[in-house]
Amino acid sequence: MEPHELAIAAKYVGAGLAAIGTGAAGIGVGTLFGQFLNGALRNPSAVEGQFGRLIFGFAVTEALGIFALLIAFLLLFAV
Amino acid sequence: MATESGPAIDPIHQFALHPVVSILVAGHDVSLTNSGLFMLLAVALTCLLVAIGARGGSGVPGRLQAMAEMSYEFIAGMVRSAAGETGMRFFPFVFAIFFFVLVTNLLGFFPYTFSVTSQIIITAALALMVFLTVIVIGIKEHGLHFFKLFVPPGVPIYILPLVVAIEIISFLSRPVSHSVRLFANMLAGHITLNVFGAFVVMLLGATAAIKALAVLPFLMTIGLEALELLVAFLQAYVFAMLTCMYLNDALHPGH
Repeated sequence: MEPHELAIAAKYVGAGLAAIGTGAAGIGVGTLFGQFLNGALRNPSAVEGQFGRLIFGFAVTEALGIFALLIAFLLLFAV
Repeated sequence: MATESGPAIDPIHQFALHPVVSILVAGHDVSLTNSGLFMLLAVALTCLLVAIGARGGSGVPGRLQAMAEMSYEFIAGMVRSAAGETGMRFFPFVFAIFFFVLVTNLLGFFPYTFSVTSQIIITAALALMVFLTVIVIGIKEHGLHFFKLFVPPGVPIYILPLVVAIEIISFLSRPVSHSVRLFANMLAGHITLNVFGAFVVMLLGATAAIKALAVLPFLMTIGLEALELLVAFLQAYVFAMLTCMYLNDALHPGH
C-alpha cells in the first residue's frame, strides 16, 4: 500500500475510533436521566426545582460526546 | 448551513469567512466579514428587543415587553442563584453574554446565514473575557485571599499539594472547556445537519426507486433541527450559567 493510501485509511479508522466517544456520552446521558427519573418517581414534588440542574447536567455531559463527534468530523472533512 | 453545489459532501465550507464590505486601512485588511456582519446583526436584534420591550408606557405589557421582562427575570434568577445578591452587579455582563450567544446561535439556523459561535476565536474571546474578569475582580476584591480558591478546606495536609495542583490546573483549563463546549456543539451540529442534508440531495440524484428513500434523511434532518434548536438554547444557558459560577468564585473565594 502507498503511504498516502495508508494515511487516508488511518484517517477513516481514526474517525471511527473517535466516534466511540459518542457512545460513552450516551452512557452518561442515560445514567443522568435514569437517575433523575429514579429520584423523581420517589419524590415527585422535588422535580420542578431540580429541572434546571438536570438540563445543565445534560448539556455538560452531551458536550463531551460532541467533542468526540467533532474530532471524527475534523478527521473526515478537515484533515 | 450552506447549500451543496454538487453531491460531494463538503460540510466545512459553510464556516468559511469572506468579506462582505472590503475595507483596507494602511495596508491592513479590516474588511467587514460575514462573521462581523452577523455579530452586528445579533447585537442590533438584542438591543432592539430590549429597547422596545423596556419602553413600557402601557399598563398592559405587550408581547415584546413580556418577552423582555421574562428574559430579565430569567437571567436575574440565574445570577442570584449562582453568584448571590452581590453578583447582581454583573447582571448586565451576563445578560449581554447570554443574549449574544443565544441570538448568534439562533441566527445560524436560517439557511445561507453564518453561525458566529461556530468559530473558536469568537467563543475563545468570550471565555477569556470571563476568565480575566474573574481574576481581576477576585484579586481586586480579596487580594491574596483570592488564592484560597485553590485550597479547598478540610483537606488533609499530606495530600494538599496534589489537590492544590489539580485545582490550579482545573482553574487554568476553564477557558478552554468553556469555549470549546460552545464551539464544538455548534460546529458539530451544523456539520451533522449539512451531512444529512447532503444525503437528501445525493439520494434525489439517484434512480427513481432509490429517490423515495430520500424521505428518511429528510425526516432525520427535521429531527436534528429540533435537537439543535434545544442545543442552541441550552449552550447559551450553560455558557451564561458557567459565567455566573466563575464570577461566584471571584466574589466568594474559599467556598
